[in-house]
Amino acid sequence: MTTQAMTAVGTAEPKTVKGSPKWGDLILRIAAGLVLLYLFLPIFVIVLFSFNHPQGKFNYSWQGFTLNNWAHPFKYPALTDALKLSINIAAVSTAIALVLGTLLAIALVRQRFRGRTAVDTFLVLPLTSPEVVIGAALLTLFLDLGWAAGYTTIVIAHVAFEISFIAMTVRARMRGFDWTLEDASMDLGASPARTFFKVTLPLIIPGIVAAAMLSFALSLDDFIITYFVSGSTVTYPLYVNAAVKAAVPPQINVLATAILVISLVLLAVGTLYRRKRIEA
Amino acid sequence: MAGVASSSRQRSKIAPYLMILPALVYLGIFFVVPFFSLARTSLSSMGGSVYLPTLTFNWDFSNYLDAFSHYQDQIIRTFTYALVATLLCLLLAFPLAYVIAFKAGRYKNLILGLVILPFFVTFLIRTIAWKTILADDGWVVSALGAVGLLPSEGRLLSTSWAVIGGLTYNWIIFMILPLYVSLEKIDPRLIEASKDLYSSNRRSFTKVILPLSMPGVLAGSLLVFIPASGDFINADYLGSTQTTMIGNVIQKQFLVVKDYPAAAALSMVLMAIILVGVLLYTRALGTEDLV
Repeated sequence: MTTQAMTAVGTAEPKTVKGSPKWGDLILRIAAGLVLLYLFLPIFVIVLFSFNHPQGKFNYSWQGFTLNNWAHPFKYPALTDALKLSINIAAVSTAIALVLGTLLAIALVRQRFRGRTAVDTFLVLPLTSPEVVIGAALLTLFLDLGWAAGYTTIVIAHVAFEISFIAMTVRARMRGFDWTLEDASMDLGASPARTFFKVTLPLIIPGIVAAAMLSFALSLDDFIITYFVSGSTVTYPLYVNAAVKAAVPPQINVLATAILVISLVLLAVGTLYRRKRIEA
Repeated sequence: MAGVASSSRQRSKIAPYLMILPALVYLGIFFVVPFFSLARTSLSSMGGSVYLPTLTFNWDFSNYLDAFSHYQDQIIRTFTYALVATLLCLLLAFPLAYVIAFKAGRYKNLILGLVILPFFVTFLIRTIAWKTILADDGWVVSALGAVGLLPSEGRLLSTSWAVIGGLTYNWIIFMILPLYVSLEKIDPRLIEASKDLYSSNRRSFTKVILPLSMPGVLAGSLLVFIPASGDFINADYLGSTQTTMIGNVIQKQFLVVKDYPAAAALSMVLMAIILVGVLLYTRALGTEDLV
């Protein structure tokens, strides 16, 4: 066996071995392509139905093409208000969670202290608990405290689940940096504060930006936890959910498509900007 | 140099605690304490009038017995759906993650971006779109009917498969990304080496690729299974009264019926089953690095 293997390594052309799975390779690529198509199937439907001209209350079946929905994207003030409120909640909760989560991440990566692994494990818990249980638990707390559910309780709940995501994202991006730069800065006479703002912060800013974007998106999209702690306040996902029970206007598709296109543009601009900076 | 390092270490003895304190206090109050509230509520009894209900904490374990006896079907259904959805995610995500990791070449980042893109649309709206796709008068039903895969008058919407399909779709991204990350880390020379040593494609897959991708499989299945077993949107939008999951019951009991003890007991049961499942699964796959 060993000698066979030795001669194989020595003489056989690896190309012939690698060349054999041509069909398997093709099937694999087709399978991957089909899965990608499956991921996009509902997206095509959402974009297409933003041009639909629904006859009844629900925008579920194709009735005819119109540009009317796009001409009046803000026709339903309740929908627009809900979207504005969600953006507000996402911004406020992300700002709070960003401070708490980033400090936590810096301490976890840069410092050695007792109980570090315990904190590490603890951070995974919010990510591995089902949202319905987190929402229910928060609701019972607010009931016990006698707090009325509304804007404040939604922000509190969002910050609670965002901290873990932010700390983990920032931490992942901070690993493998050359932290002796900090020592160098202090050796050269910079104060700890100056070192933090001139050396540490610029190093971790990309991680913080990525974490903020993730947190904002998660907050904007959160339905289950929000549903439990919202009281009569209506966020964007809550509006959509209420619409499913009553009437789904095509403007929902228009705004969803618009958000998709805006994120796409931001993503493309970000990538190009980074490429330019690397080239420069 | 060594002196500088040690002095900076001495200076920062309490600094790390000051840095982690705000976040930990916050999570203590708004993540840990709520679970105690939940446990307390689950052991309370409801009293008072319909309009002004009161909760009395009296170690009322009957809520748990009721949860099991009343909602046994929903409990079994929930974990069956979540399990099937997790397997489907694994099955669908593997070829895609594999192609991105090994075959995509310079299109790797583009395809990764494309994979993430659909998730920029709100979860609820994506699920509404599946309602359109699976509708009785939709083209999927007529196409399946035409090739005889679906009996006439057969439907997709409001069936278990529609709910499982929705669960699969909504969380597949959490399978694709960890799988991709762990496949990406595999040194392609290991696969070549196995082939040089006369291993068949199947053997290279089962003996090299699959074992090395296990951290991704583990993380991915947990990240799909846990949210899927707590979901109530897919069962609500795509299912019927025959497909209700635990999440639907919890939601209804908490927010509509307002029978808080029953809902809290059911939440605790859901959480407990998930925790036990996660522990067993993590032990079975023999790896502890989840993140």
